[in-house]
Amino acid sequence: MEILEIFLTASFWTAAIRIASPLILATMGELICERAGVLNLGIEGIMVAGAFVGWFGAYIGMGLWGGVLLAFVVGMLLGLLHASMTVSLGLSQHVVGLGVTLLATSLTYYAYRVALPEVTSPPKIEAFQPVSVVILAYIPILGPALAEQTPLTYLAIATVLITSFVLYRTPLGLALRAVGENPSSVSAQGLSVLGLRVGAVVVGSGLMALGGAFLTLSAFDSFFFGMVNGRGWVCIALVVFGAWKPHKAFLGAILFAAFDAFQIRLQQSSIGADIPYQIFLMMPYFLSIAALVVMSRKAEVPAALMVPFYKGER
Amino acid sequence: MSSHQSLKISRRTLIKGTASALVLAPSLGILPLASAKDPIKTAGIYTVPVEQQWVSRIHKAALAAQSRGDIAYTFTENTANTDYPRVMREYAEQGNTLIIGEIFGAEAEAREVVAEYPDVAFLMGSSFKEDPSLPNLAVFDNYIQDASYLSGIIAGAMTKSGNIGMVGGFPIPEVNRLMHAFMAGAREMNPNIRFQVSFIGSWFDPPKAKETAFAMIEGGADLLYAERFGVSDAAKERGILAIGNVIDTQDQYPSTVVASAIWHFEPTMDAAVAAVQAGNFKAADYGIYSFMKHGGCTLAPYGTFAGKIPQKAVDMVAKRTAEIKNGSYTVTINDDEPKSS
Repeated sequence: MEILEIFLTASFWTAAIRIASPLILATMGELICERAGVLNLGIEGIMVAGAFVGWFGAYIGMGLWGGVLLAFVVGMLLGLLHASMTVSLGLSQHVVGLGVTLLATSLTYYAYRVALPEVTSPPKIEAFQPVSVVILAYIPILGPALAEQTPLTYLAIATVLITSFVLYRTPLGLALRAVGENPSSVSAQGLSVLGLRVGAVVVGSGLMALGGAFLTLSAFDSFFFGMVNGRGWVCIALVVFGAWKPHKAFLGAILFAAFDAFQIRLQQSSIGADIPYQIFLMMPYFLSIAALVVMSRKAEVPAALMVPFYKGER
Repeated sequence: MSSHQSLKISRRTLIKGTASALVLAPSLGILPLASAKDPIKTAGIYTVPVEQQWVSRIHKAALAAQSRGDIAYTFTENTANTDYPRVMREYAEQGNTLIIGEIFGAEAEAREVVAEYPDVAFLMGSSFKEDPSLPNLAVFDNYIQDASYLSGIIAGAMTKSGNIGMVGGFPIPEVNRLMHAFMAGAREMNPNIRFQVSFIGSWFDPPKAKETAFAMIEGGADLLYAERFGVSDAAKERGILAIGNVIDTQDQYPSTVVASAIWHFEPTMDAAVAAVQAGNFKAADYGIYSFMKHGGCTLAPYGTFAGKIPQKAVDMVAKRTAEIKNGSYTVTINDDEPKSS
């Protein structure tokens, strides 16, 4: 079977993990925000900013890791803007989030044009190259696919492990989860709800920017407007898909990317000639929604998600 | 301004014209009349930054026309399609007589604006044809199938596996036409070539175009038709060949881009400027000015691949170029969505 054979090739899974990497980073960012009770719809714009800033850092000679760091910092600043309005002022998280997305996207364009007033073609950088981590190749099934990735993919996977560890194995993680469930009790413990939430949004936004930076520093070597192309919105859905749990959201990102890698290959197979290409492009989204329906039925939504906290108010 | 246009003057332009006449009349003692030698006030409205491939060709031609003194050029880039009609209005209100741009994503609304400003000539990239009821809208697109066909001849001679991958954005007429012409050219050299065709549903998602190209290489392609950014990068990374489209990208990929079909917007621009100057700008399809016989497209110089392309293909390209120019050969126009074979 031609179609089933697609799943058995290592290159297919290599592609799936490559496609998933920016989603994993940004999904972890969104997950941290939401576990603390803040929906961050600024994600799409923050990814655009991260994609530009990361690339720009490398372009002006800060090096690839300098670009990564710069993207993280700019993401955190945009997160601070988001948090100052949604957490400190308790404004609508929907309106602020979309506002941040619009602002970040437009600011990025402005910065791009100010920095590069007259270029005749989109400038390129020397992007991250895949490194061979031979030892990973011994892991069954996914091993060969994991062994040929760029450093940022390994960073993305490390982020999942760290997020999971911090959320479930540290006092900070306990406080973060509690602040998304019952902020009053956290406040009664003498902890700062404001501080925890602002911190979560700031760090989460930094990770979103890294997701964007992956596109320009790893997946490609130049910055284009519109290249984030809705990936941020996919991450919002992946958080729900993963029932607000890092490992499940990670699997969701891999699954979505695998569907995408699959449709790309299917489009070129013999059946691709008979089916409109739009059906293929729709596949990852459609299958993800179907999986979402199944997976999220027993999901425990953070009880205080989108509920602003005012100290002393009952 | 021709007389039939001034008869259709709108209330808005009448008020504006009267106001400016009132301001200028005392100081100059005459009413302002545009002379044919004045540069035409021209505005460009683009949905992406001007360095991106398709728009860069228009921008370049407009700058050339400006440096010749034919037009006075101003432009706005990265305009969202939802904002497009508003920007059109603003430029029309500012007294521009020629507005160029692209209305692929705002076809219906843009046409409403065109109807509101009958005195302004609009030259717009569009997937649709001209409309006789909108005499001030002419359409164009990069119909460079002649050059695409020639680049296909080279591709057909250079592929060893007989398997060519093609990644497109959306299957709109211009994209389809060029792909079909390219395929026809390749089949001239090898009638049994297999084509893998994919559309990524986006114009600017290079990572996705690159992933699609990787999948095609895994599927056996040893030459890629790079309709989108990202495809040439995949070819370079895997060390296979690529054919460029619209712009010459060989300087960026000297060892992998064999040939490029280049679009020249200058004939389209010059035809519009001449029509506006002569006062006979009308609804027309300026797409023909992208044809090779009008100088609208060429095959890029072989550059780094000079001497590496089979002589048979080079001869065929030379023969067909001459035939296309003298009209004895016409590249078949097919705007249907191409499919994998």
